[in-house]
Amino acid sequence: MTGNGRLETALPWLFVIGFLLVWQLACLVFHIPAFVLPSPTLIAAALQKQIGPIMENSWVTLLRTLVGFAIAVVLGVLLGLAIGMFRFIYRGLYPVLVGFNSIPKVAVVPVFVIWFGIGTIPAVLTAFLVSFFPIAVNVATGLATIEPELLDVMRVLGAKRRTILMKIGLPRSMPYFFASLKVAITLAFVGTIVSETVASNSGIGYLMMAATANFDTPLVFAGLIVIAVMGIAMYALCAAIEHRMTFWAKRGEGLMA
Amino acid sequence: MRPFVDISKVSLTYGGGPGGTLALDDATLRIGKGEFVAVVGPSGCGKSTLLKLVSGLHPATRGGVLVADREVDGPLSIVGMAFQNPIMLPWRSTLENVLLPLEIVEPHASRFRSHQAEYREKALDILSVVGLDDFPDHYPWQLSGGMQQRTSLCRALIHEPELLLLDEPFGALDAFTREELWVVLENLWLKQRFTAILVTHDLTEAVYLADTVHVCSKRPGRIIASTAVNLPRPRDIYGSEFVSIVRSLKDNIIEVRAA
Repeated sequence: MTGNGRLETALPWLFVIGFLLVWQLACLVFHIPAFVLPSPTLIAAALQKQIGPIMENSWVTLLRTLVGFAIAVVLGVLLGLAIGMFRFIYRGLYPVLVGFNSIPKVAVVPVFVIWFGIGTIPAVLTAFLVSFFPIAVNVATGLATIEPELLDVMRVLGAKRRTILMKIGLPRSMPYFFASLKVAITLAFVGTIVSETVASNSGIGYLMMAATANFDTPLVFAGLIVIAVMGIAMYALCAAIEHRMTFWAKRGEGLMA
Repeated sequence: MRPFVDISKVSLTYGGGPGGTLALDDATLRIGKGEFVAVVGPSGCGKSTLLKLVSGLHPATRGGVLVADREVDGPLSIVGMAFQNPIMLPWRSTLENVLLPLEIVEPHASRFRSHQAEYREKALDILSVVGLDDFPDHYPWQLSGGMQQRTSLCRALIHEPELLLLDEPFGALDAFTREELWVVLENLWLKQRFTAILVTHDLTEAVYLADTVHVCSKRPGRIIASTAVNLPRPRDIYGSEFVSIVRSLKDNIIEVRAA
């Protein structure tokens, strides 16, 4: 690796360390009380002290998120294909979906609680609801933007719609699909945690609510950091899969200087 | 002899209704089996429309097209087509792009999985004819425009179509590459002896490749003149006979445009 490459790998860490230093200094210099904004060292101490419950609850949150996300991927892709393939679904269902997506999901959680009680089911459902929409829209966009010339190549050969979908439609929408996965996985975390803070007695969202009730602000921040770490890990996983699957779509550096 | 492609009194209106554009009006063209014809004419005269009709991509408004004694009412498996742009599938390597028709057209499609090795061999063969033996695993964006167009030719011919349709396939290339590809195409034709319809606005290209050059009127298009080119192949594009045929075609087209 060249010196430049090593610097690029180190950059995110340098940014984080710099940010933490500024934060720590600000807390010291301005004497910010810990229950308002705890310093990084206090948060680290809280993280260390409560590592057991934190790990336990983040595991619960991670599982709920992944289940919701998995459902969102399956249904999102199917719905996206349906929207992209059939005009009457595009005309009929799409506006309804847009309207539905505009509803703040936190407002739906109480309804889920009425139906399913508190705990895992509303959390999984909320994760699913917030994350399936971008997947469906992107897959549909991938299909809708197929170059007519590509279709001509297939049609001249007498290809059926099913064949065109398999040979052109699906590969052509993969870059859109993976772009949406990166958005969707982070949204899924938001969904789970929103639901956990409102209606759960487990999960990292619940832990943070409980800590807030005790004015244990360092623990709240510890929870936030754990969430961020999980989010980054899942995002990186999606990005790695994307890189493997759609290398053909990303050939340059884009506009990056 | 019955013509292999029989386009008789075909009209085609785009858009439909009184506001539609009449692209072809009573166009008639007969092509014998194994013949290489070129259709030239001023731009917008409906040359490409003619190919859309023969390929079955677009139905005629009036009249009909027969290919091998069958009415064209949709795409035919005996047809291969190359377009003005190479239109590669960017997620497929050169070899995989060439293999595409075999995955779709019968009888190859149903035996494609079990005979993959054999088909790959076949694709490599045709790639080597056009001089791309070293690039089967390259992706389209790693190829130059000329190489992509060669790949496109291979793709149009891999399933050994009886009728090859060429819609200005070399229009976007530089002069050197274009002339090189004429030779490549001519060799493929001499080897496989398919029937070919080449639409082009390059008269030298038309006279170099075709047995018969048909001139299309300005819109609405119809065939108004046909010239047989009886020069031995490979043709010398600077020979006096060659040049005089090109010149008379050019005069012909200037007349058409002025009319």
